[in-house]
Amino acid sequence: MTIYLLAAILLVSLSGFYIGKNRASALVVGARIQSLPQYHGLRIALWCGLPALFLLGLWVVLEPFVIQSLVRNSLPPEFFNLSGDEAILAMMEISNLAQGIVGTQSGLPYAEQAASLLISMNQLSDYAMIVVVSVVSLSALVVAQSKVTADFPALESVEKAFNVFIFLSSAVAVLTTVAIVLSLLFESFKFFEQVPLHEFLFGLKWNPQIAIRADQGASTGAFGAVPVFSGTLLIAFVAILVAGPIGLASAVYFAEYANPRVRDVAKPTLELLAGIPTVVYGFFAALTVAPLVRELGLSLGLAVEARSALAAGIVMGIMIIPFISSLADDVITAVPQSLREGSYAMGATQSETIKYVIFPAALPGIVGAFLLAISRAIGETMIVAMAAGLNANLTANPLENVTTVTVQIVVALIGDQEFDDPKTLSAFALGLILFFMTLILNVFALMIVKRYREQYE
Amino acid sequence: MIEISPPSKKSEKNFTTRLESVDEFDRVETVGEMFVDRPKVSCLGVSVHYGDKQALFNINLDLGRNEVLALIGPSGCGKTTFLRCINRMNDTIEGCRVDGEIKIEGAEINHSDADVVSLRSKVGMVFQKPNPFPKSIFDNIAYGPRIHGLSGPKNELDDIVEAALKRAGLWEEVSDRLHTPATGLSGGQQQRLCIARAIAVNPEVILMDEPCSALDPIATARIEELIDDLREKFTIAIVTHSMHQAARVSQRTAYFHMGHLVEVGVTDQMFTNPRQRLTEDYITGRFG
Repeated sequence: MTIYLLAAILLVSLSGFYIGKNRASALVVGARIQSLPQYHGLRIALWCGLPALFLLGLWVVLEPFVIQSLVRNSLPPEFFNLSGDEAILAMMEISNLAQGIVGTQSGLPYAEQAASLLISMNQLSDYAMIVVVSVVSLSALVVAQSKVTADFPALESVEKAFNVFIFLSSAVAVLTTVAIVLSLLFESFKFFEQVPLHEFLFGLKWNPQIAIRADQGASTGAFGAVPVFSGTLLIAFVAILVAGPIGLASAVYFAEYANPRVRDVAKPTLELLAGIPTVVYGFFAALTVAPLVRELGLSLGLAVEARSALAAGIVMGIMIIPFISSLADDVITAVPQSLREGSYAMGATQSETIKYVIFPAALPGIVGAFLLAISRAIGETMIVAMAAGLNANLTANPLENVTTVTVQIVVALIGDQEFDDPKTLSAFALGLILFFMTLILNVFALMIVKRYREQYE
Repeated sequence: MIEISPPSKKSEKNFTTRLESVDEFDRVETVGEMFVDRPKVSCLGVSVHYGDKQALFNINLDLGRNEVLALIGPSGCGKTTFLRCINRMNDTIEGCRVDGEIKIEGAEINHSDADVVSLRSKVGMVFQKPNPFPKSIFDNIAYGPRIHGLSGPKNELDDIVEAALKRAGLWEEVSDRLHTPATGLSGGQQQRLCIARAIAVNPEVILMDEPCSALDPIATARIEELIDDLREKFTIAIVTHSMHQAARVSQRTAYFHMGHLVEVGVTDQMFTNPRQRLTEDYITGRFG
């Protein structure tokens, strides 16, 4: 029903556009017109479409609430004697009856009657919606097209509508972020009601499984997030150790040394690395790199576990090479040619020029590339889950298995979980801390970039 | 003073460049005083190609000791290309080929075992747009001495920096903020900084590619004074679009046109009494 109505509104808008455009075009002959014909058309189309669409949306959202409360009010007094849960069940039964779903009947005497009321109300509402929306749209068409005159400033209306549109778009983006942060905050508060904040932040033991057993104390020392965060940092550190030098060196090669033909082929190939799904990296890490690391370690007489932070970190490093290399290449290429020439003219060699002139000039961008890569590494889940393990192990030794924040969030939310259970809620607390970590990282990055910004100009 | 040899004196080597064929004019020969006695830099038969396109045709030109040579001509005539031959900056341009003989103190710079690093330490360059490095004023000047290993202990470097800044007439203005970013200086100060940077490695020749084109008249006047001072110690070649600037700072002027060297002469003489029709047209502003 609604979809046909939507199509009808679009149709009215479209015809409004052409009516407006044609009428305005007719005015152009001989006279100077304030706005171009397409602006008149657009203005009419917006008037036909937007209010009607807004009304339609409001109707669709509010209809169930209004109808349900009307139906509820029509019910006999015994309904209101029911307890909260029973009342909800009764309402569900009525709506099931109305939709023709026959389930277990509790035999409420008034259910049939209420269901038929619900059906008729729904129908009435649908018809009313069609009539109201159509009237709004069509009358807007009539009123708006009557205003097409040579000196009517249609351009300004369209401009205003566009301003509102871009404002709303950015508002959606900002509000979504705010909403996500708020949801993280509130769920985390619930978690911190059950597990003290200091225990979560400074506890050295992470074992959320204990909490499930009701006979034990809900969270006795099992929610210390330190090992989880240390694991995250350890793996991210290994990853940066791998990706930093390789990415930077390849960026320098592509930007300064490679001849254009090599660059045209090799750079997209490297960027292809970023397109590989992380789960593929994951089994590459688990099946190839982890055993290799273990064998290598054993042959050197080191105790390497089957799953190790080192294996996961190496593969994660390979994964983030293209981030560093591609971004760093862009900023190095953006360093003005005049600085290179200035350095060459002083008799500097190419490598001296890169070291002393180009790197310092490109530093803000390079730092940005690194931080992007780090936040990517911190947020990565699949590789760690497959190659580094699930055990929260507090260690700085990359040869042992560790786990990360993201992996623990996944573990917490897998399976049937109640949202008042600390294990499930711990996901939000972890998410919140992770969010703050990346936030601090970003602030740090901005500070560095600001400090060195506009150094060449 | 510089000694300018009359063309007859070098008759055995009397080079008159023959222009092969150029759209507007046939067979114009370089006239005037291309050669000097004991040249600092001497160029014989220099041609430059960018890919298939020839940018310079058989240029013969000397740079005398303690002389300022102005290179003038309409845009795209090859004066900057010629300038960049002298410190081999054209090497950095892909597909650029330089033919002919370029000698500094008799040593061929394009020779296979000529070292471009030591060449560029002998031939400094100042660019059209000031291009200080994104470093402090001190580090900008110290850049050359550091990479060439000219400085020993720290205070020796301090002396070099101070001397270069004094020579470039910038010391008074920046002595109290040597360690602030060079990009904070004004355009004219930046350009003098670039000159100081070039002279800090104690070069023999300084090439200037329209050094004042991005500057206001006051900053320009300061640079021109500076160029006149620097002549005591260095050989200078300056590309300029300003006829007045050429007249003010140079002793000899070379006029380029479409890749050809049309006329070289003592500056005063050239501006009052050009020998070639093309030169006269350009100088009097009839085209260019």
